[in-house]
Amino acid sequence: MDTTKGDALENNVGFWKRIGRRITGIPLLAWILGILAAALVEQWVGYEFAELIGLPKIPVLFGALIVLKKKVWMQSPMMIPSTMLYVFSVYILVIGVVARVLAAPANRAAGGLMKMPLWISVLIHLGIFYTALHIWSDISAYRVITLKLTLIAIMVTLSLNVINGYMGEFSCSHPGFMALGAYAASAVTLIFFTNDRLFGAAVLPASLGPFVFPLALIIGGLVAAIGALVVAIPSFRTRGDYLAIISLAFMFIVKSVIENLEVVGGPRGMGSQPNYADLPTVFVWTVLCIWVINNFVRSILGKALNAVRDDEMAAEAMTVNTRKTKMVAFMFSAFWAGVAGGLFAHVIRFVNPGTFGIQKLAEVLAMVYFGGLNSVYGSILGAVSLNLLGEMLRPLEIFKWIIIPVMLILVMIYRPTGLIAFKDLDVKKLIRPR
Amino acid sequence: MPLLHVENMTHYFGGLRAVHNYNLAVEPGQVRGLIGPNGAGKTTIFNLITGIYRPTEGSITLDGEPIVGLQPHEIASRGLGRTFQDLRLWRHMTVLEHVKMARYSTIGYGLVGAFFGTSRRHREEEAIERKALELMRMMRVDDVAEQRVTNLPYGAQRRVEMARALAMNPKILFLDEPTVGMTPGELNEMMDIIKQVRDDLGLAIFLIEHRLKMVMELCEVIQTLVFGEVIAEGSPEEIQNNPDVIEAYLGKDTVET
Repeated sequence: MDTTKGDALENNVGFWKRIGRRITGIPLLAWILGILAAALVEQWVGYEFAELIGLPKIPVLFGALIVLKKKVWMQSPMMIPSTMLYVFSVYILVIGVVARVLAAPANRAAGGLMKMPLWISVLIHLGIFYTALHIWSDISAYRVITLKLTLIAIMVTLSLNVINGYMGEFSCSHPGFMALGAYAASAVTLIFFTNDRLFGAAVLPASLGPFVFPLALIIGGLVAAIGALVVAIPSFRTRGDYLAIISLAFMFIVKSVIENLEVVGGPRGMGSQPNYADLPTVFVWTVLCIWVINNFVRSILGKALNAVRDDEMAAEAMTVNTRKTKMVAFMFSAFWAGVAGGLFAHVIRFVNPGTFGIQKLAEVLAMVYFGGLNSVYGSILGAVSLNLLGEMLRPLEIFKWIIIPVMLILVMIYRPTGLIAFKDLDVKKLIRPR
Repeated sequence: MPLLHVENMTHYFGGLRAVHNYNLAVEPGQVRGLIGPNGAGKTTIFNLITGIYRPTEGSITLDGEPIVGLQPHEIASRGLGRTFQDLRLWRHMTVLEHVKMARYSTIGYGLVGAFFGTSRRHREEEAIERKALELMRMMRVDDVAEQRVTNLPYGAQRRVEMARALAMNPKILFLDEPTVGMTPGELNEMMDIIKQVRDDLGLAIFLIEHRLKMVMELCEVIQTLVFGEVIAEGSPEEIQNNPDVIEAYLGKDTVET
């Protein structure tokens, strides 16, 4: 009797609510396994399936590049439903079904993992997730580069969020820090490990290169942090718009200094970096960046940034050394921007000063404010969504620059602090069984 | 020797003399009051002692050490806790985070601990959290530990500020109009809290207050400040009957015609 009544009620509940109810019991582990399954399915039967439903190849970025291309839907309109069918059945259906089916065993597994040290279960999650990403990106080189650039965008966005979100100052110099990191890291790898036109023959055997590469990135980060010190000393004496202005000036100074330095190639840039930044390297550095920044902003020393932002006078009165806090945070943030710049240079395998201008700044700021201030989730969401959107809307050409700003404006109207703002990333909570 | 000793402190804002020849000696465990009409310079005196402004002249010692010219956070970590008249809470932070933050100067794990989440950091932060929860229980805000402060009623916000000031383990507590804008019920509650702080923790307290009921009941010694100068100092009874104080608050009783 009761069950039938329950069923009747169940049928009255809306579609989305029912979906929501089915999703709530699924732990993160099951989702990751679902993504892995989707990647595997695509690898095994993706091509055959695409051929079967009349697509020339596997849709590379969820079909956006096919659906939005004018030439395609003018000539063969059937491509659109086929692409949608492909995306639905290979990604949504597989992820949903696998996550649902594995929910119970995954919950048990997650429960077991909770008893182990946290880092072991985190590594297991990350390992499965990376495998899925790797298989997914194996389909085409375009996916690999998009993925790498997205991961780098996460690092830059997160590092800028430390200043603009957590600390509440407005920094414009992150492209400058990226440039410093990119050039410093490139200089290290080019001087020591490659025969190139700027720095001559390699000093060390090339086989050492991949092992020294982390060091090169750290040097890049440190150079950026020293640059940050130059900005921080004059601008943190007082509060207000000083940082915004000085940091903007700094960005332009870095750009024009590099343009005029013939040693590093001037405006023509610096090329032929060795191919050290493969997908696993970029992934590991991104995870490291998220981990360290998340650790920092959740410690009392990091929360001091929030105290400084919300009321600096009260922070001082509560024993917080506000000046030191601001300086450390700014240099820390610049360090990660520098590391991201170093990776960027080795992914593209070419840097020129033009890359690190006002447009880059606009992109990064958009990602920070779109994703959400004061939140690691927000930065990840903002970087991934805007970066992927930027790629996916490429066929729309000029309209891309209308759609993305309109989205930004809508977010600013309805959620002024961004999509996921003021939320702590608690890893334990994220991976717990549900 | 007094815990806090201010001698001949004078301060000018440009050409305006805000405080003139101010003297203060607070003994450990003593509760002292500072009253005076609006604009008399009471909060300026607080800001001078806590290091927000640097006095033009005069010396200040806390526990025997001179503190003039130190940064506010340095003075605070030497044991001078304070609350603000206009409730300076951090609006995006939870109650627990507020109270933990006041332990900033005692943190020993450093940046390495903050970046890499070492076990030392977890140990230290757990100890800080235990202490914070203890103080929050005392101030009866432990049940809202995970709430943002902006969601709390006014009286509770005041108690959070008090818990935060106590968390820095002060030797002396400065309260800048702790009952401003409170209902009579909240006022009595705040008086109980101040008494509790004095009796249980044995802190010296220096408070600015407008409600005479509160000052008369709590303070051992009261100073009256008018235009930056102390015109009277003494026990509550003495102050209440002092003709200069009555004049400053109510004006002269005869009017020249």
